[in-house]
Amino acid sequence: METTYREAMRTAIREALLQDDRVFLMGEDVGAYGGCFAVSLGLFEEFGPERVRDTPLSESAFVGAGIGAALNGMRPIVEIMTVNFSLLALDQIVNNAATLLHMSGGQFNVPLVIRMTTGAGRQLGAQHSHSLEGWFAHVPGLRILTPATVEDARGMLWTALEDPDPVLIFEHGSLYNLSGELAEDAGPVDIHAAAVRREGGDVSLITYGGTLPLTLEAADRLAAEGIEAEVLDLRTLRPLDDAAILATVVKTHRAVVVDEGWRSGSLSAEISARITESAFYELDAPVARVCSAEVPIPYARDLELAALPSAERVVAAAREAVGGGG
Amino acid sequence: MERGKLVEWLVTPGDYVRRGDVMATVDTEKTVMEVESFEDGVIAELLAAPGETLAVGAPMARITPTPATVTATPVTAPAGIPVAQAEVEAEREHTTPSPGAGTPSATPPVRRLARGLGLDLTRITGTGRGGHVTRADVERAAARQRHDAGSVRPVRISPRARRLAGELGIDATTVAGTGPRGAVTGEDVLRAAREKEPADVDDRPGAPRGPGPVTAPAPAPPDTGQRATALRRRIGTLMSRSKKTIPHYYLGTTIDLQAAVAWMHAVNAQRSVSARLVPAALLLKACALAARQVPEVNGFYTEARFRPSQAVHLGVAVALREGGLVAPAIHDADTLTVDQLMERLRDVVTRARTGHLRRAEIADPTLTVTALGELGVDTVYGVIYPPQVALVGFGRVRERPWAQDGMLAVRQSVTATLSADHRVSDGLRGGCFLDLVDEMLQRPEDL
Repeated sequence: METTYREAMRTAIREALLQDDRVFLMGEDVGAYGGCFAVSLGLFEEFGPERVRDTPLSESAFVGAGIGAALNGMRPIVEIMTVNFSLLALDQIVNNAATLLHMSGGQFNVPLVIRMTTGAGRQLGAQHSHSLEGWFAHVPGLRILTPATVEDARGMLWTALEDPDPVLIFEHGSLYNLSGELAEDAGPVDIHAAAVRREGGDVSLITYGGTLPLTLEAADRLAAEGIEAEVLDLRTLRPLDDAAILATVVKTHRAVVVDEGWRSGSLSAEISARITESAFYELDAPVARVCSAEVPIPYARDLELAALPSAERVVAAAREAVGGGG
Repeated sequence: MERGKLVEWLVTPGDYVRRGDVMATVDTEKTVMEVESFEDGVIAELLAAPGETLAVGAPMARITPTPATVTATPVTAPAGIPVAQAEVEAEREHTTPSPGAGTPSATPPVRRLARGLGLDLTRITGTGRGGHVTRADVERAAARQRHDAGSVRPVRISPRARRLAGELGIDATTVAGTGPRGAVTGEDVLRAAREKEPADVDDRPGAPRGPGPVTAPAPAPPDTGQRATALRRRIGTLMSRSKKTIPHYYLGTTIDLQAAVAWMHAVNAQRSVSARLVPAALLLKACALAARQVPEVNGFYTEARFRPSQAVHLGVAVALREGGLVAPAIHDADTLTVDQLMERLRDVVTRARTGHLRRAEIADPTLTVTALGELGVDTVYGVIYPPQVALVGFGRVRERPWAQDGMLAVRQSVTATLSADHRVSDGLRGGCFLDLVDEMLQRPEDL
């Protein structure tokens, strides 16, 4: 069945609403408008305002309400329009959702799922285009998911709802129109393991979320040059699948980390550090990184493209790692 | 420490040295130490020769402060290694040579810079007014010198390659790098190791390097100490490879040697001392005959498959006096009579100890036997010599309590062990081999 990432996500929400009465969706414009990115289109009509709730423009308030509902036995799905706006709810996410289990001595789980759009590439300017999932991956108490395929868009939500603790799902804005083949019986998927999206023995390209498609494209181009790249999709940024990262590096002895976040203090830095900590004596080249330019993401098309990771840059970094870059 | 033996000079006359540069290595009672220069200057003369033993404080070399007229060939010596006690006699003549005729003009700070960098001003072309040597000229010359010293630049090598080179005993400085900016990668080291492989028979302990008889390991080693070190390193490399690549299994059994020893004594009683047999000859013969019937222990494992050998060339482990061991071959041991085998054994042991083995004797063994004879311990668990696939070990031949037919007796016996390659054989066949050896040793007259 041919489907899009957006439809797969919608199917997942719909299935959750059907299967569990405790599940409800809330956020800005998720109801009558059908969601800012049209993910929840039609759900308001199907499930009504009780279960698909429009909220006021106050991230702090509605994320806090979600935490309260979760504490009281509900299974809320809270949508935040973009990751930039999640900063208005940072106190609720980091100081409450992530800490309550710890602060209550294990008495109160917060079974909350927060979905938000992340990333650039659509000329939405610096207020809507940043990739801050790496920041959230810094926080103990949160699980961070980055579905990058239609299967994961379809399957991660239900598994996240079953998790007794807060889970944040980052949907890269450029992926919503991604189409792909989805099995008729596609369902929940695991949310702890990274996945090898392409096998290869020469260099490991480690990425997640919105940069997976361009990384796969880079791998294709490298193959044309005779360089077989292995592409690892992290899928879960916290906790990281160390075993999968180690396994691919042990196999290829070279790693390029592709991350749309800024390079300084980033998730890519964390991965690079873990590789050198655990696989230093397996390395044949310094761990390379392809990240966004350290500027607020520009609005102008050319400048935006210039600031973001591209297949060309991944190819160049991989060539350098295998020694063919000069 | 009172005295030390000069092992090697790392500088030659004319070299520029700076305070802290390593100039020589000295062998003390405890260790080999490096001797640093206490002065900046040019080596004018070496006063001691390698091999000489010097008292602490004895002059080793004469260093003069850098005169602008000396045509020094500056070297970049490894610096910063803490060490030594031996003294250097420095001639403190003058530290600031005044510019004389033939010396190009340069300002004092530029002179100072050139001196600091060990550069000879007369060799620098001045580009300033009237041939005046400028600071930029000196810096350019220094950069050129660094570039020329390229051969002593450290090897760019990946962490993995460094680890593999260590494990495989590959000298990374000899490997061409194909990695980022010419770095040596793991693949490069593995390739170098593979290329080395065919010559591997030469890699075993005591392998001669050239045709014809030569003294044990390295080409013309200066003394037995160094030869022993080289041999030890080779044994280490070979045995590491064996343990890493060969899945060993071990079997052991105790063999009644009463009949064999009695037969041998009876034979020896009628012979002169020089023609007498030792138990090892019988043990070797039994192994050679058994190997013919169990081909899985006799041959080479190369290129991922076992190649059994028709001939049985028994390697005989011989311990060397300076340490280490070699295992030269007794060719076609299965076809020799016990007397011939004894003669060959005596010959090969003597030549191994004096370092006169032939190349074929080193390369050919298809199965190695180590027999400790009347000395040593009861049991030996051997490490297989690659590319061979088995090693037979005999412990000390001695009297042991022996239970038989409900009676306890005291009989001559020996513990025989087999270390074999599980890629080639299993315990059942290995056991067959040891059983055959046992069987044959019960009928010594038929050997």
